[in-house]
Parts: sequence; structure tokens; C-alpha cells
Amino acid sequence: MAHESFVSVQDLNIAFDVPGGALQAVRNVSFDIAKGQTLCIVGESGSGKSMTALGLMGLLPSNARRSAQRLKVGEHDLLGLDRRQMSDLLGSEMAMIFQEPMTSLNPCYTVGNQMAETLVRHRAVTWRSALGTARDWLERVGIPPSAGRLDQYPHQLSGGLRQRVMIAMMLMCEPKLIIADEPTTALDVTIQAQILHVLAGLQRELGITMIFITHDLGVVSRIADQIAVMYAGQIVEIGSTREVLLDSQHPYTRGLLDCVPAPGKTKPGAHLGTIPGTIPSLIGKLDGCGFAPRCSYATPTCRAGIPVLQDLGPGRQVRCLFKPDTLWGAA
Amino acid sequence: MSVPYQQPDTMRPVLELQNVTRSFAVKSGFFGATKQLQAVRGVSLSIQRGDVLALVGESGCGKTTLAKMLMGVLAPSEGEILYDGTPIAGRPIAERSRYIQAVFQDPYSSLNPRKTIGSIVSLPLRVHRQGDSAAIRAETLRIMDLVGLPARFFDSFPNQLSGGQRQRVAIARALILRPEIVICDEPTSALDVSVQSQILNLLMDLRRELNLTYVLISHNLSVIEHMATQVAVMYLGRIVESGDSATVFATPRHPYTQALLASVMSPDPGAGIPKIDLGVSFPNALAPPLGCAFHPRCSRALSQCSQIAPTPRNDRQGLIECHLHAT
Repeated sequence: MAHESFVSVQDLNIAFDVPGGALQAVRNVSFDIAKGQTLCIVGESGSGKSMTALGLMGLLPSNARRSAQRLKVGEHDLLGLDRRQMSDLLGSEMAMIFQEPMTSLNPCYTVGNQMAETLVRHRAVTWRSALGTARDWLERVGIPPSAGRLDQYPHQLSGGLRQRVMIAMMLMCEPKLIIADEPTTALDVTIQAQILHVLAGLQRELGITMIFITHDLGVVSRIADQIAVMYAGQIVEIGSTREVLLDSQHPYTRGLLDCVPAPGKTKPGAHLGTIPGTIPSLIGKLDGCGFAPRCSYATPTCRAGIPVLQDLGPGRQVRCLFKPDTLWGAA
Repeated sequence: MSVPYQQPDTMRPVLELQNVTRSFAVKSGFFGATKQLQAVRGVSLSIQRGDVLALVGESGCGKTTLAKMLMGVLAPSEGEILYDGTPIAGRPIAERSRYIQAVFQDPYSSLNPRKTIGSIVSLPLRVHRQGDSAAIRAETLRIMDLVGLPARFFDSFPNQLSGGQRQRVAIARALILRPEIVICDEPTSALDVSVQSQILNLLMDLRRELNLTYVLISHNLSVIEHMATQVAVMYLGRIVESGDSATVFATPRHPYTQALLASVMSPDPGAGIPKIDLGVSFPNALAPPLGCAFHPRCSRALSQCSQIAPTPRNDRQGLIECHLHAT
């Protein structure tokens, strides 16, 4: 599968120097994404999912240390690039959509101004034609051109409109890879569905590869081709959407799925599943499986060493000592 | 009906709103004229003891204004709010706060970082002068135990606790005066899913043990379907549909409720992203559309919808305010 992958990450490690040692935010994360596919990274806060994305984009805080065996997007080897070359790629080849559109848009400039600026920075176009392109793109994300949104400031737009503007701005330079970090978490459910529709539609149309970060398993199930479940900086399970959600092999993935009320599956008012305990400290080395203290299946062996990723098939791996399907019947 | 415990001896609603309106004066621009923004427009509602009433709607629909009025933090511009049959207007705050308490969304900002957990949880008792310090300490430890906080946290500070533990502190503080009603404003939105389920389980257990009534505000409709016994759907300050939770979720009647429920994404690989037919125009609360406030976004609007505001109708299924369901 490596021969056709568009994004290829191997052994990505990200650490921060903090009082008391090195905080290992991301540990040996590897994944491949084929062109036009969507990988969803799922996990709780502190699992390293956002850091993985920022690490790939080279947008880490200055006190972070990043190392990797391979970091490739398309034909670009990101490991060999300096700041300036990286900045040329950002926005044009790869773009990022953040959770809170209000903080990522500049409140002092109009929507049109900010959109045109991106285009002028990366493409040899005039300001006037950039504004025209901006207008077209607003229409493609579902904002009617008659509304005069280009001349408005971000505060004059609702949250849903702002996120549409962000998406239009990101797509304008026609990037090959989009990284979306919880792009719909701050929005109402109806708006969330609309925005995801726009995003997924344009992704299909333009053949964009996407990394989508979220903790919402419902959203994941609808848009992902592949899912990577992260825990304590490591990928604990990865595979196709159906494999991970319908045939989960890691106790943590199972636990997460049991926690969410699912209409039709969970009985209203009945107790939901829980995962007791909290995420382990990320400072220093993990001794044993990071999930073992919270895992109801854990044995003394689990605490002895970090489990390696077991290969279960093409693109399908799980980081657990137990053999697949031995923890629960193949339901 | 989904009320799995003994019926109370009285059928009087524990909380009732009669035609409640709240408007705010808003200035448009620096030299602009002052306009009236009606955040809640003529809402009537009654909540029975032991119910979990969920308020559902988009941001800006008036849920939080309504909740603030229920807490007595905001006074209604018109209409009346009754606790257990008596109007709250003019009653002392101390009396109100013994009856109704709230748990907020963000346990990181709702707890004073410089106070210990014991001090935060016991503050209501001290304000209300309930017993001497030994009795207050004993009661604080009892309520901390009830919400699953170990006694060793008594002298800890909020920054030593995880998000879920902090939300337990907020719940303990809300319950220590033994209120009848607890308003839960997005109680789990700031929490991870594994912690969310623990807090939801706790809220359900407490309701059963203490016979509490909840007013639940959440944008997570899966959570609401799981928790609520009654649902009220708000749109631009009006309740457009309400009724028994199971009925509303099974057979939503208002086009807005239908769109809301259609947009819920439960984990279901292959189901795809739901298509929502609501358009991009967002309602302006300063100038609500004529007729039915929802008509510009409604895919099934009739000719009279843009002219005449629908009147609410109560039937066996609950309340509905829509021309499509007029008799």
C-alpha cells in the first residue's frame, strides 16, 4: 500500500522539554493515506492527535522537538525542508482548518481582503482577479454572491458562515492535503451537517486527501475511510472505518464506543459504559501498555513492556498484547 | 411515560412559565437607534417533579436566556415564573437558590481556583448559615461522597483535579442545599466522551436517589435522547414543538425539529452525512421574519407561512406551532 500512498508518516515523535523531563506528546506514530482518502484521528484530549497534525504541518511550538523516519506529502519530503520552503507549501499544497474560525480569521480585515491575500501570496495573480476567485469560492461553499460577504468583517458573520469562509479560503489555492482539526465541534448540529457536506463534496470533486481530527465518533463514522485511534501519544488501533468501528480489537476503542449514547442501541436512561481512571503522565517513558491501568482486561504482562503494533491485515494494526478476538467473541 | 419511580403526591408542576417574554435593548452601531431584541417571546412551559426537560435549539435561540430566567438571574420582561405554584418575582434570592441550582458547562472556569474543594462545595451552606462548622464539614463530606469525590480532595484545589472531577465538584455544590430543580447547561460539552458518560450516569443516579428535576440544555441530541423525559424545541425565542421525549424523537412534527434530528450523526459507518435542507441564511433576532419565524429556512413553507404567525396547538402528542399541523 506504500507505493500508492499520498501521505506517508513513519515513526513520528514529538517531545517537549518540561520541568521533570521530556514530555512525549507523540510516540512512533506511523500511517499512510492514499490519494483522495480521509484518515480520521480519534482520541481524548491529551492523546496527541492535534500534535500529530501540527507536527506534520511543521507548526509546532518552538520548544517542541520533532523527529521522524519519513514525513512525505505527495512528492515533498517534509523532513528536508527549511522554514521558507515549508511556508511555500503551507496554504498552497497543504492547508489546515482549525476548530474556532473566529480566532483564525483576522478581525481587522474584511473577508475578501483575507481571502485574496492567500491567493496573491501563493499564486501569481492580481488583487482584482484574486477577489473574483474569492467570490467564486464563496459560492462553491454555499454562500450566495449577492450577500456582499466579501466586504464584511468576520464579526458580522455567524459561526457557520465563518467556517464556510475558512473552508473557501483553504480550498482556494487548491491544496492536495487538508488537515481539519475539529472543524465542526464549535458549531450547531444542523450547521455541522451542512459544513461536512460542503467539505466532503469538494474533497471528492477535487480529489483532496484529508486528515480529520475529532473526538466525535458519530462524525468519524460518516466521513472517514480510515481511522486511527490514539491514546497517550500512540496509535493503539488503525484500520478501515468499518474494521475499527464494527470489529474493534483494542479495549480502548471498545470502551470509547460504549461511552457514547447511540439512539437505537443504548436504552434511554440506562447506564452508559465508562472508562475509569485518567490518561497516564506523558513525561518520561511509558512502562508497559499506556492503557493498562484503565483496562479491565489487563494482566501483569501488560505492564511489563509496551505492546508492539500487531499486523492484522493491510493497513490494519492494533497495539495490544492479546490476540484479536480473544477478548470478546466475534460478535 | 418514562418515569421509573413513585409518583409524587401532587400533580402541581414544580416549575411553570406563563407567557414569558424577555427583551434586551440593543444599540445598532455607534449612532444607531436602540432596538428591542426579543430573546424569548411568549414561552409557556410546565415541568413536573422528577422530569428531565431538555431545551433544544441552535445557538441564539434563547435557551440560555430562558435558563437564566428560571434561575432568577434575569427577570422576565413580561409573564410570570412559578416555583411550585407560587410566583418567584419579588421573592428573596436566598429562598430561590434553595429551590433551584445550576451546573454549568465549563468546570475550568466555574470553580474559584484559589479556594479548596471543601470550601467551594460548602459555600452555599455557609451563606445560608446551615449549622455549625462541624455539621457543615460532615454534610460537605457526605455530598462529596454522593457524587463520587474521595474525602482526600477536601483540601485540594481545582487545578489538582481532572475535568470530570471538577464537574463532580460543580454538581456537589449545586446539590448541597438539596434543591428541587437543577439546571444543567451543557454539563458535559467540555468533557471527553469517556468522562461524559460517567457524569451522565451520575446525573441519572442522583435524579433517582434525590427525586430531582432537571432542566437540561445541550446541543448533543444523542445525550438528550438518552437523558430527557420531555423535550422543548426552541426557534428564535419561541417553543415550536414540545412533548414526551420518546414521542418527539420518534415522530418529530415541526420541520425544524425534523431537520435537527436528521442532523444527528450516531456512529454508523456507511450511513453518510445527512443532507440538511435549511439554507445558509441565519435568522436575525433583531428583526424576526414576519409570519412564522422559521419560514425563510423551511423547505415545506406554505403561502400563509410568510404572512400569519402560526398559533400553538396542544394535542395528545404535545405542543406544536406550525401551519402544516393546524387543524
